[in-house]
Amino acid sequence: MAQMDTASSGDKKGGKKGKKLSTRVDLTPMVDLAFLLITFFMLTTTMNKPQAMQINMPVERNPDDPPPPEVPAAKVLTLILGSNNVIWYYEGLQSPEIKNTDYKSIRSIILDKKKKVEAAILPTDKIKSVVIIIKPTNDSNYNNLIDILDEMAIDEIGTYTVVPVTPQEMALVDQFKNAGGAPPAAN
Amino acid sequence: MPKKKIARKSTAIDMTAMCDVSFLLLTFFMLATKFKPPDLVEVVTPASISDTKVAETNIITISIDKDGRVFFDMDGIPTKLKLIDEIDTNMKLGLTKEEKDNFALSAGVGVPFNQLKSYLNLRPNDQKSFKSPGIPVDTTLTESNQLFKWVAYARIVNPQARLSVKGDGGVKYPVVRAVFATLANKKIQGHKFYAVTTLKANPNQPEEKE
Repeated sequence: MAQMDTASSGDKKGGKKGKKLSTRVDLTPMVDLAFLLITFFMLTTTMNKPQAMQINMPVERNPDDPPPPEVPAAKVLTLILGSNNVIWYYEGLQSPEIKNTDYKSIRSIILDKKKKVEAAILPTDKIKSVVIIIKPTNDSNYNNLIDILDEMAIDEIGTYTVVPVTPQEMALVDQFKNAGGAPPAAN
Repeated sequence: MPKKKIARKSTAIDMTAMCDVSFLLLTFFMLATKFKPPDLVEVVTPASISDTKVAETNIITISIDKDGRVFFDMDGIPTKLKLIDEIDTNMKLGLTKEEKDNFALSAGVGVPFNQLKSYLNLRPNDQKSFKSPGIPVDTTLTESNQLFKWVAYARIVNPQARLSVKGDGGVKYPVVRAVFATLANKKIQGHKFYAVTTLKANPNQPEEKE
């Protein structure tokens, strides 16, 4: 571009002669434009790759299916996904002792439980790993659900299930909240 | 003497070769690019460590926007034409040829069946500004669960179609539950489906992520 300017400004209209003009065209702006377009198309192609996680929902049970094996209470960890990104959790099948945490600290809790359960496994056990029951409440959102399902993948938990929360558990959570145990809204 | 000659050389470079290469690349990328069809609604998906890619063909997409409105879309214009024919016959909507074409070219719908005819009558630009109420969905299999009908008919016209759910992270759980329960139904056999997510790093193997 620069050399075009100097060439034209060097000899102004007066001294300019047709035969002296070169047939060469300055391609710089053209290359500029071409690269701009390349950049655009490159970015649009690479950015358009949607990822997905595979979700397997349980199939509806037939009435004549054999009942699922009983899960011993010691192997169960229940996570209740509450509002404001809070997780309420308790160990065992029924427990009055309910604690809360957030999505960052849940990993250590799950891994602790997993380690504890795997250490206590007997060769005769039918269920050989921790069983996590995920109970999203109506106040939780889709982010929470995907986060916790993702957590299962990260922590390599093979046996988990998503079931609706029971009224008793909701009452337990409310009771705990009213007792001043509710944490500030976590992110 | 030779010094003088060097000084006279122009600094201009021959751009022809560069131009050739850049246009070659440009042509390649232009042809290789497949533009994403414009989304019907804006959806911010949650992140997960899963790097599975969503199939581009034979896919049914159910979008849930942040207000919990449910939208339905399917790939392939011929498939969509067959689907809308099926819906039209079974639901007795009385759609015209233009309205069916309109559906086949659209990026999906998010209206109940009783509004479908008037919605498909709109021109594409008016459709964009139209505030869709979303497809009614619940956990039952009755007439009130219209998403079930959409997916069931879509499965009839394309039995190979996989299901994907593209939900906004802020959607409240009851809507998600209704959609998941509809898909998991025995009549649809959609208990295996994709949940579209953005990629995030896996803390277990950080060195494997690029």
